[in-house]
Amino acid sequence: MDMKVSFGGLDLKNPVMTASGTFGFGLEFAPYGDLEKLGGIVAKGLSLKPREGNPMPRIAETPCGMLNAIGIQNPGVEAFVTKYLPALARKDVAVVANLYACDAEEFGELAGVLAGEDGVAALEVNVSCPNVKEGGIAFGQDPAQIGRVTEAVKKMAGNKHVMVKLSPNVTDIAVCARAAVDGGADSLSLINTLSGMAVDIRNRKPRIANVIAGLSGPAIKPVALRCVHQVVQAVDIPVVGIGGIASAEDALEFILVGAHAVQVGTANFLRPDFAFTLADEMESLLEELGAESLDEFRGSLQLPL
Amino acid sequence: MSLRNCRNVKVLEVSPVGQSKAAGEFFELKLEYPDWDGWKPGQFVMIRPVDWELDLLWGRPFSICSADGESVTLFIQNVGRGTSRIAQLQPGDTVAMWGPLGNSFAMEPETPTLLLAGGIGIAPFRGYVESHPHPENLQLFLAHRMPLECYPFKTLSDKVEGQCIIEEKPEDLDAIINTMKGLIQEYAKKDGLILSCGPTPFMKTVQRFANEFGARAQVSLENRMACGVGACLGCVTKDGEGHHVQVCTKGPVFWADKVEL
Repeated sequence: MDMKVSFGGLDLKNPVMTASGTFGFGLEFAPYGDLEKLGGIVAKGLSLKPREGNPMPRIAETPCGMLNAIGIQNPGVEAFVTKYLPALARKDVAVVANLYACDAEEFGELAGVLAGEDGVAALEVNVSCPNVKEGGIAFGQDPAQIGRVTEAVKKMAGNKHVMVKLSPNVTDIAVCARAAVDGGADSLSLINTLSGMAVDIRNRKPRIANVIAGLSGPAIKPVALRCVHQVVQAVDIPVVGIGGIASAEDALEFILVGAHAVQVGTANFLRPDFAFTLADEMESLLEELGAESLDEFRGSLQLPL
Repeated sequence: MSLRNCRNVKVLEVSPVGQSKAAGEFFELKLEYPDWDGWKPGQFVMIRPVDWELDLLWGRPFSICSADGESVTLFIQNVGRGTSRIAQLQPGDTVAMWGPLGNSFAMEPETPTLLLAGGIGIAPFRGYVESHPHPENLQLFLAHRMPLECYPFKTLSDKVEGQCIIEEKPEDLDAIINTMKGLIQEYAKKDGLILSCGPTPFMKTVQRFANEFGARAQVSLENRMACGVGACLGCVTKDGEGHHVQVCTKGPVFWADKVEL
């Protein structure tokens, strides 16, 4: 079965991408599988300047999930371009750079740096990181800001595909989705982590130094499916489903609801070779289900009348 | 053969060390040897039993206690949700194992080398002693809380000069700290090498005296990890310049003067 996916000028060998912040710059996972088996790699979030990120502890395991508050620790966009991208770009896999900034202007500047990089297939705009105190959350929750940021990135991104990653921590995600569309987004990816918290009754402290963290993993899949469903109904641009995918069946649930592709995140921590076999498993499962093609299966969810 | 990989391997043996493998106690987990090119003492593996499904998501990191072409042995203390379930494994069960991960302890065969172990921190030193070409140059000190038979101390002290102090009463801690101080000072004087592994307060003590006496010392850290491969950035510590670095890939072994504990 043909598993290729193309949308808005972005060509993926298959619908499986790895989610930002869960797959490093990709090369960390090269000992565990063939990176060219993936549809795409979304690199760890990048900012203009290097960031040290949040203090420790940063992660906590929760039932069927985990909390993280890393705080976009990254070496900065220049180091990405000079040190990591060249090796990654030699691989036959779509590389998506994930952008983090504190205002629309800085987002535009970041997009400008990456616009000329041939090794980058698309830009994913992180308007939804809940961890960074200086305003990450504000973008994700304010439709007007989402629109402005998307516009700023699109303006500087040259011919790069621009994907906007949405936060679930909003009253109506469809409103945010429309704002990104109005700003010129080529596609949307959702969901980012759910805002959460964990505490320890023994030492009476939060389990994460940042106190509030982002919940990911299988625990959030139902929320993610609901969000993808609502956004697919609300907009006409392609949607990439993210949230708790830990099997081929999970991935196909997002496709059934209408996602063009998926991103695998926390499952990369279950075992480092997880993502490499997922596309093949999806293909086998589609055949087993009697689906004619990925396109035929996509969005074929039968809703009650 | 492979430098490092992720493989499903069979459990060969789960055996209590000392008493039983109940909560707070110790056991050895022996796993099939995967197709590794080799490994070095101080490196670790992540293991995740395949039957965990989605309840516990992360693998768990353990120092490689010893390994040969047949098996990999891990020395584990039953302290939480993950390790209590690992203690329940039976021979024949399947575990995903990725490794060998991280860097390794310095090895200078001709240099007098002091091994400082805090409790379960003794684990990597078994492999170190077994693979050292001149064990007569090694000296081991173990500070522990559980009875001595819970640790692989005897097998090591048969091969190298060994000393241990149990911490039962508050004054025992002073004896442990004073002994460590004396040993570190002695090894600093003879330009020996000091390798240490144990809980954070133990590592801090090593670091404090190593800096005070100018000793060459390494500490092995055991921060919580989700991935073990450098991606999640959940295990970071600060290097000598104050930058966050991953314990899993830049460590777990650091020179004591180049890490903030």
